[in-house]
Amino acid sequence: MKTNKIKRAIKAGAKSPATRRKSKYVLRLFVAGATDRSRQAVLRVRELCAAELKDNCKLEVIDIYQQPKLARENQIVATPTLIVEFPPPVRRFIGNLANITGLFVELDLIKKGKIAL
Amino acid sequence: MKTKRPKPTTPATRLPKCPTGIQGLDEITGGGLPRGRPTLVCGGAGCGKTLLAAEFLVRGTVQFGEPGVFMAFEETEKELTANVASLGFDLTGLIRRKKIVVDYVHIERSEFHESGEYDLEGLFVRLGHAIDSIGAKRVVLDTLEVLFASLPNEAILRSELRRLFRWLKEKGVTAVITAERGRESLTRHGLEEYVSDCVILLDHRVNDQIATRHLRVVKYRGALHGTNEFPFLIGDEGISVLPITSLSLNHKISGERIATGIPRLDAMLGGKGFFRGSSILLTGTPGTGKTIVAANFAQAAARRGERVLFFSFEESPDQIIRNMHSIGLRLDPLVKRDLLRFHSARPSLYGLEMHLATMFKEIATFQPQVVIIDPITSLMDSGTDSESKGMVTRLIDYLKGGQVTSLFTSLTQGGHSLQQSEMAMSSLMDSWLLLQDFEGNGERNRVFYVLKARGMAHSNQIREFLISDRGIDIVDAYIGASGVLTGSARAAQGALEKAAVLASQQEAARLKREVERKRAAIERQISGLRSDYESESAELRRIADQVGTSTLMLTTEQAASGILRQADTKVAANRRVNHRNGKASV
Repeated sequence: MKTNKIKRAIKAGAKSPATRRKSKYVLRLFVAGATDRSRQAVLRVRELCAAELKDNCKLEVIDIYQQPKLARENQIVATPTLIVEFPPPVRRFIGNLANITGLFVELDLIKKGKIAL
Repeated sequence: MKTKRPKPTTPATRLPKCPTGIQGLDEITGGGLPRGRPTLVCGGAGCGKTLLAAEFLVRGTVQFGEPGVFMAFEETEKELTANVASLGFDLTGLIRRKKIVVDYVHIERSEFHESGEYDLEGLFVRLGHAIDSIGAKRVVLDTLEVLFASLPNEAILRSELRRLFRWLKEKGVTAVITAERGRESLTRHGLEEYVSDCVILLDHRVNDQIATRHLRVVKYRGALHGTNEFPFLIGDEGISVLPITSLSLNHKISGERIATGIPRLDAMLGGKGFFRGSSILLTGTPGTGKTIVAANFAQAAARRGERVLFFSFEESPDQIIRNMHSIGLRLDPLVKRDLLRFHSARPSLYGLEMHLATMFKEIATFQPQVVIIDPITSLMDSGTDSESKGMVTRLIDYLKGGQVTSLFTSLTQGGHSLQQSEMAMSSLMDSWLLLQDFEGNGERNRVFYVLKARGMAHSNQIREFLISDRGIDIVDAYIGASGVLTGSARAAQGALEKAAVLASQQEAARLKREVERKRAAIERQISGLRSDYESESAELRRIADQVGTSTLMLTTEQAASGILRQADTKVAANRRVNHRNGKASV
């Protein structure tokens, strides 16, 4: 299962010609409708991508109200859910990303000293 | 949109119910689960929660045309399909035909990181989408509690669950939610506080190494329901719940009588035998011939063209056939004609419930008119007292409902008070025959009597029961001052009586001869006396004649002398003599 996801992620990454670098991050954010919580999550992820990952990421925001099938396919239970599909392992962050520390721990960015807490 | 509400026809409007199609469950719940509301099914591991839920969905689609959604938190679609396939449900086919949707919710705890506020909208959307895609009326959530283990924030989870159940009600789907049994509460995470309409508790207990599943409707808001614990089992056709008793005692009864196959026994039962559809108990100590009586009854019924189902818990069919052959009962032709069918199983093979279910199934497929259970006691040993009584009650109920005549043999142990040991069963039985043996004179003899026979005149006598190579013979036992005599004692008593009769006959003959002799003697005396009398009377006549003659002569002499004296007397005397002579000459 996991390898499939990774393959999919790689494929998604391969689609755009400008993103051939190995360290390309693939993120998918699932939200349910235009709630405050959704907006907060989208903003925080975008913030993260721009500031900390230096746009070295591919972000896809999916509204499960619009695409309920994708909710099933991606095993979404809670919203918002951020799936970090690449680099492996696949990680899921649930919540509006208000507590962002955890995310950076997972992405090994703190070690690299790229963000100040 | 106009909402059209049907006016209640009766003042007591009934809660709309959603039939499960599960055998027995709809009876207990009075028609099914509450329609449009969630039902909680809780129980320990391996007690059949998932199966009950799956059967609810499959039967809902197949029998009631209501599509369903199965939201599985524990098993994948593949696993679920394989698991229910063993019960004969074709889940794959139903999924292909868009009757059922299986959504496997996979939550990998290690992948999850909480980072702020969230809700379970994802679950709602998936469920909503699944429901809408096939127009589902039934939903199963198996097992929601997995969420508690996966999602770290319990406060959010609880409020979301409350929202979920409200949402399910609004959707109008009938939902079954399964949950693990908790230590002190019904469920481990207290789901029962959210689902308050109907709670069903499943349980799997082991008694004496035999496991039995039980089902109990703990709560059913707004409806009457059976509150007892009902045994249920998972067979190859799904779950069947076995209500201990049907709620009413209103079997149709028959006035028809059927012969027992033993003419003397029929005679003891008012000359006609047992009522059709009655239950007969045949008790006896070991070796008193219970199976033989049962086999006789079976043979008689099968010969009338009735179907007989013989449940044997001690002997194999072939052994019964061979043994009965030794007393002249040929059962194999009846088996060949499929009028007699044997079903043999060791009592310890499985639990009481499984036995009962197997028996129900056999009875339902063979449709017999007569059922024989030999012996019921070895079956009852595999359960507790109340369980086995419940089982016999249900069995009798079931058989009586179908007007099936049932004969139960029961083995009593020596030393027990008979009435006590059979207390559990006897009150359920319409007729009770007793086989006993008497020891004495260095032999053991069987006797037989009718202890009770509801609704018919019956003999109160003890009969001796003989088994020979020609079958069963029932003879009158000798009952006298010295008690009941059987066997050689009876024969000896018979001989004694014969001798006594002979002696008295001889005595009478002797007396008759004596009287005859006396009469002859008297007659001889009489004839002697008569001849005496006759000789004497002859003598008398002779004397009288002599006297007459001498008188005449005297007169003549006197006359002759008178002539000499007087002439006139001579004349008169002459005339007299002439007259006499003349007469003599005539």
